[in-house]
Amino acid sequence: MKITSPLLGAASVALLLTLAACGGGDSGSEGAAEGDGGAATDCEPSDGEVSLTFFSWVPGIEGVVDIWNEQNPDVQVEVQTGPNGNSGTYQNFFNQLEAGNPPDLGQIEFDALPNFRVQDGLTDIGGCEGVMDSQEQFVDWTWSQVQLGEEDAVYAIPQDTGPMAMFYREDLFTEAGIEVPTTWEEYAAAAEQVRENDGYITNFSTSDINQFAGLVWQAGGSWFGNEGDTWQVGLDSEESVQVADYWNGLIQDDLVSTLPPWTTEWDNAYNSGDAWTWVSAVWGANSIMSGAPDTEGDWRVAPMPTWGDEQAAGNWGGSTTAVFKGTEHPHEAAQFALWLNTSEEAHEALIEAANLYPATTEGQQLPALSEGVPFYGGQEIYEVFTEAGATVPTDWTWGPTMTQVYNDVSDGFSAAASGNGSLAEALAAAQESTTSALESQGIPVGE
Amino acid sequence: MLVLGVFTLYFLTPIWWLFIAATKERGDLTTTNPLWFSDLNLVENLQGVFSYGDGILPRWLLNSVLYAGVGALVATVLAGMCGYALAKYAFPGREVIFNVVLGGVLVPATALALPLFLIFAQVGATNTFWSVFLPSIVSPFGVYLARIYAASSVPDELLEAARLDGAGEVRTFFSVSVRLMVPALVTVYLFQFVAIWNNFFLPLIMLRDERLFPVTLGLYNWNTVVNQVPELRLYVLTGSLVSIVPLIVVFLLLQRFWRSGLGTGSVK
Repeated sequence: MKITSPLLGAASVALLLTLAACGGGDSGSEGAAEGDGGAATDCEPSDGEVSLTFFSWVPGIEGVVDIWNEQNPDVQVEVQTGPNGNSGTYQNFFNQLEAGNPPDLGQIEFDALPNFRVQDGLTDIGGCEGVMDSQEQFVDWTWSQVQLGEEDAVYAIPQDTGPMAMFYREDLFTEAGIEVPTTWEEYAAAAEQVRENDGYITNFSTSDINQFAGLVWQAGGSWFGNEGDTWQVGLDSEESVQVADYWNGLIQDDLVSTLPPWTTEWDNAYNSGDAWTWVSAVWGANSIMSGAPDTEGDWRVAPMPTWGDEQAAGNWGGSTTAVFKGTEHPHEAAQFALWLNTSEEAHEALIEAANLYPATTEGQQLPALSEGVPFYGGQEIYEVFTEAGATVPTDWTWGPTMTQVYNDVSDGFSAAASGNGSLAEALAAAQESTTSALESQGIPVGE
Repeated sequence: MLVLGVFTLYFLTPIWWLFIAATKERGDLTTTNPLWFSDLNLVENLQGVFSYGDGILPRWLLNSVLYAGVGALVATVLAGMCGYALAKYAFPGREVIFNVVLGGVLVPATALALPLFLIFAQVGATNTFWSVFLPSIVSPFGVYLARIYAASSVPDELLEAARLDGAGEVRTFFSVSVRLMVPALVTVYLFQFVAIWNNFFLPLIMLRDERLFPVTLGLYNWNTVVNQVPELRLYVLTGSLVSIVPLIVVFLLLQRFWRSGLGTGSVK
């Protein structure tokens, strides 16, 4: 009777997995809800008192939801919380969908929505009262992102956005007698002058690919397209390669630094005046405030440099409130999501709690967003972002495998920054790997 | 001696850095020497971290103490009983059971988290205290250690004597054998305490209610939103410092037993 222990270890794991898989017989509630099949027309109010669960990682969201709970005794919302999406929550959402116990509503960033849609994890709330009519309240590009290419469907309500602009050190530019650039051509020229003054014009992030995506977005490119069930991949599209070549040149000539973003090292570059500008999203205002406290009063915000004469801005970040598949109360869930993201009181509370920049045009006009900010020398910086938000191209589409795309592009970019290949080559490689990743998941890819 | 000194420095530097960082103002974090004091701000930081989010941090610490303190205690009792039984009673299938338990040592806790989640979801027990507590009271390594230790430190003659005196098996275990096994049991307790305290993945998957979080998961959550709430950067650091205090306390209190526990089994 001699059995080796690794074998038994494997056996006990297998046993556990079997146990887990056995409980397939869904009981009651979820089974019924799944039968509805997400048809947009099924959105009737529920009878009696309803309680909803809502997952969000927005700091202080409990206080915002309390306002709703006070006003709606019949529809009580319970907040669940955890780390932000890519730090574990999305994986948990998928686990919960698999186990049949997701929350009714959840926070999902724009770039992750297609993935949840492809995995059939979302409820179409397009048929719910008031949802379609709310379209005009939102910044243009956000609406196409929650429809995911289906005209009559709405899979989430936009919450916040990240229109991009250029943060720059006004004091350093003035001192060195360099013009603040308004086009990418001027930006490259300014980069050379800044380098002569022992600085870098900016830091190019090789690991956080969202910034690069925002730059391609501004240039009018799109990494994905979606027609019905067929996806197109355009990582190596003309605009994408144009932006990549531009930054590749700056890296080659040592005109930008390539520090890993969100590290102390990176904070330090901004705090000590090594980095002169940062083309970033509206929430970047907080990043600079927290990472570069010594530079208070020295920063200003200008529209991001453009490729031609026409104003256009990119977008970096932003999230939505989505209703998960399996909810028993799509009507109430949709009403709550609408209230959270369109009502003035909720907007004010969200700005107060977490500096969220709303996705509605009205929300962006709130008093809290039109005052001067002392850290930026009293400049009314949010006006710049509001104008930027209105010029974000609407064609950008996220794909269903963004985590893989980010990883692959980031690997290639890091290699390019250390002298192996170019950014454009990295995009070409990511184009290949993304196409095969989609195909291996059984998602049809077209030309 | 030199090697020892270098390694001591190597292990203590991060803790020193953490302590220093927790005493600073937010603005000084990146600009001043990371290994030496600037403006002393520790008290303000502690006040800030304990009151942020309606004072959720003390609650997290309490949760951690419950999960790790009580969980490790139950785990120790179970492992002690199980190991003792395997060492002192001959019964059919004994070696098979022991080998299965040994196999459990080889399975990382991370690999079990997802299956556990699916099982708990079936019985509707995810996002409860029990979903983190119950998996924590199992310690295959504890069973292994208890068996080895009981076999070498509890003499069969003593058990015979106890039986002749009329003590039942349960009484013999709790009043005779446990005392002899104390060093091993303390070691099991310490190992399990640290394992539960640091187990991050299981709570991450199971829990969605902030009030149930252990301190590790809570601080991780804060860390993922420093962009929106800049002061959290400092609170995460101060909170981390606070969160290692219970570990240090437990180690210092149990150190005496722990040392003899590790040594006794090896020299006989």
